Amino acid sequence: MESQILKIENFSAGFGKCLVLKNIDFSVEQNRITAIMGPSGCGKTTLIRCINRMHEFSPGAVFSGKILLHDEDIYSINPIIVRRKIGMVFQRPNPFPTMSIYENVISGFILNGIKLKKGERDHIVVNSLQKAGLWEEVKDNLHRRGTFLSGGQQQRLCIARALAMNPDILLLDEPTSSLDPKSTLLIEQLMEELKQSITILIVTHNIAQAARISDYVAFLYLGELMEFGLSKEVFTAPKNKKTEEYLTGKFG
Amino acid sequence: MRQLKKRIVKDFFFSLIIIVMAFSACIPLFLILGFIIKNGASSINLDFFIHLPKPVGEQGGGILNAIIGTFIITGIAFLLATPLSILAGIYLSENRKNAFSEILRTSVDILSSIPSIVIGIIAYLWIVKPMKTFSALSGGIALAIIMLPVVIKSTEETFAIIPYGLKEASFALGVPYYRTILKVILPAGLSGVITGTLIAISRIAGETAPLLFTAFGNPFMNLNLTKPMNTIPLVVFNYTTSPYEQWHKIAWAAALVLLIIVLTLNIFSRIISKKWKVKF
Amino acid sequence: MENNKHRICHINPDWKQFSRVKRLFKISDIMPDFFFKKVVFLSGLAVLLLVISILVSLVIDSMPSIKAFGFRFFTVRIWDPVFEEYGALPFITGTIITSFLALLISVPFSLAVSIYLGGDFIREKSFFAGFLKNSVDLLSGIPSVVYGFFGLFLVVPVIRYLQTKFGIAPYGVGIFTASVILSIMIIPFSASLGREIIQMVPAEIKEAGYSLGSTRFEVIRYIVLPYCRSGIIAGILLALGRAIGETMAVTMVIGNSNLMPSNIFAPGNTMASVIANEFTEAVSHLHLSSLVEIGVVLFMVTTIISVTGKIIIKRFTVHT
Ligand SMILES: Nc1ncnc2c1ncn2[C@@H]1O[C@H](COP(=O)(O)OP(=O)(O)OP(=O)(O)O)[C@@H](O)[C@H]1O
Ligand SMILES: [Mg+2]
Repeated sequence: MESQILKIENFSAGFGKCLVLKNIDFSVEQNRITAIMGPSGCGKTTLIRCINRMHEFSPGAVFSGKILLHDEDIYSINPIIVRRKIGMVFQRPNPFPTMSIYENVISGFILNGIKLKKGERDHIVVNSLQKAGLWEEVKDNLHRRGTFLSGGQQQRLCIARALAMNPDILLLDEPTSSLDPKSTLLIEQLMEELKQSITILIVTHNIAQAARISDYVAFLYLGELMEFGLSKEVFTAPKNKKTEEYLTGKFG
Repeated sequence: MRQLKKRIVKDFFFSLIIIVMAFSACIPLFLILGFIIKNGASSINLDFFIHLPKPVGEQGGGILNAIIGTFIITGIAFLLATPLSILAGIYLSENRKNAFSEILRTSVDILSSIPSIVIGIIAYLWIVKPMKTFSALSGGIALAIIMLPVVIKSTEETFAIIPYGLKEASFALGVPYYRTILKVILPAGLSGVITGTLIAISRIAGETAPLLFTAFGNPFMNLNLTKPMNTIPLVVFNYTTSPYEQWHKIAWAAALVLLIIVLTLNIFSRIISKKWKVKF
Repeated sequence: MENNKHRICHINPDWKQFSRVKRLFKISDIMPDFFFKKVVFLSGLAVLLLVISILVSLVIDSMPSIKAFGFRFFTVRIWDPVFEEYGALPFITGTIITSFLALLISVPFSLAVSIYLGGDFIREKSFFAGFLKNSVDLLSGIPSVVYGFFGLFLVVPVIRYLQTKFGIAPYGVGIFTASVILSIMIIPFSASLGREIIQMVPAEIKEAGYSLGSTRFEVIRYIVLPYCRSGIIAGILLALGRAIGETMAVTMVIGNSNLMPSNIFAPGNTMASVIANEFTEAVSHLHLSSLVEIGVVLFMVTTIISVTGKIIIKRFTVHT
């Protein structure tokens, strides 16, 4: 049975006088991986920043339309709660440099001033690191600084950090674009496992990657949604001419 | 060929002059250090640290009151200046480009260029005159004003180089802005802030001019903040410019103590800024 | 092939239907943040108000003197607390002579340090570079009163000895002595700034010089220094600002005479040193007010000099 956890309805957004997203409409299925693709500058990052209300930190940010999480408009909920329910992983790994690996994983609790018992904390740390596939590599160094890890490990630490908050949705903005092929493969495998328990939205430039891992794909072009559908269908028989051009490497 | 030789000779003498002049610039440092250590060490003993000054003509005596006074007045300045400077530094680093921050930045520059003696006048006009007495408090306030721009600048500069991604990471975890600043940005920039504060303290601990007509100096032990208080730099000044041989000896020792305190703070701050540097 | 960069800024949206994001915050959601931002802003405001009130307060308290003497304050060479006649010319002269003499003495040294540490002579991490850099930095950490102490006990006797040798009245203390001490004190400022500026010279243009067969002297003289000229001047300006405001060391070795100095070896007073000397003894209202007016002049001069210096540096840094 499929259910739509996130619905984006007639959503537009921009910066000051510059309209970046135009009337976006699509829904995200629960426990599926949805990939967002499109040429550089088409608004992919802006879209997912709108989904966890990070967009409004940009100067001059404006938007209209609705984004519904469990049929509730996220722009009517406290942004802080939205961000805890919708985790985000950025293009460049950004662990907190003053915190150990252990603290980094539960940083969402530490920084929000949420008190946990020692047992609970340990449980969350181990569990999140295991889900992020990092446990075996760091279990002996939990109290070292997170910034000593390699780039790929740092990115998985950031995923663990987001998972620790037990979000409903995980947003990933080109999570592998600054990583080597091996780390990329690890993260892709990770997502396959994660989708048992979480919904994933991933922005990627890499067509092959989108084809490998995604269940659904959204293709953005110049701020408009050109095509949305099951990956199998979009990649084999795109309905839109622009999508076809993009997939065959005519531009992008 | 002659031309080339001339050029090479010219280059050689130029290099020689640069090297000789550059290194002679640090001769005064070693003269000062050597001179004060040699003479100061011979007049320093335990009595010096645990006794009060004695009247002219009597042997011995120490500067306990001045040592305590320096700590008290510097402490007042530290307590007054640090919170305000860190907050103002946060404002400047968080608001890089708006009109108010440009004005504020300029006024911080102005504040740091005001001669310390003028700050002394201000503390006199604002505190000493209304209270009708010289006081430790007025001295502390003068030093706090001197400390402000140093700490504001170092806070701003440290926070400015913290990557934006760190802030975003925190926001994305649902952390409110104020907690992000206090728990992510402040810790990441802490070593810079501490370095700046230590440098500022080492500067004000050696200040004399703004204390001449605020803390004023006091030959007796005083712990009352509303009364005149002695500090080590004031001892150095008053005893050096006195005509008594015996007092000159005290000045030597006081200068040595002051130098040790100030340079230790200075070197310590450098070490912290290297050792505690946060890797992003 | 289409262009890689797809800009979509030309579409003209109907802005009426767009809500500004900020409005959608509920007050209760943003209360702590609102409060925190206010506190931070108010701290900044407090600092700004502090600077403004310093200036205002100085001007108010120098009003009696300004009213009594007007512009004459700057041209009269008599400073006489007994007859209540105050002219600051001797101190202005003293300040100008000491600080410019100090610059004259210090610039060759600080320039040499900047050039030596600037990159063409030595690697930044080498022992000698570290030694020189740290020594010069430590020099800036020594308190002013210690410089005065050192001047009084070591430099004054040397100068007095030289003065006897050359048949000049052997005061020992005086304007020249003050300048020597000042010059030592300001070397670190222009040297560390000069070093930073010289290090900013792009390697390519220096290499261009070397590849044409120029010697190090020629590269520095004809490429590096002209490139850095404005930055180095700014460094000198900032050092000048320091020298003008410097008080204790000067007070201790300048001789504290309120007469117009007759030559550079004569005792004198600077604007800063006369304040240090007379402020606590000033009993009359007008005397105090005249000293405060000198403080205003010091404030103005140092502010103008250092703000100019900082603007030049900013320009230099941006343009590099
Ligand atoms: N803070 C901002 N202020 C103004 N315009 C912005 C801002 N951020 C992005 N833009 C503009 O919005 C458009 C979309 O940017 P966005 O970052 O969403 O693109 P993207 O699809 O993620 O591109 P990329 O693949 O290069 O990451 C671009 O034209 C960009 O110039
Ligand atoms: Mg992007």
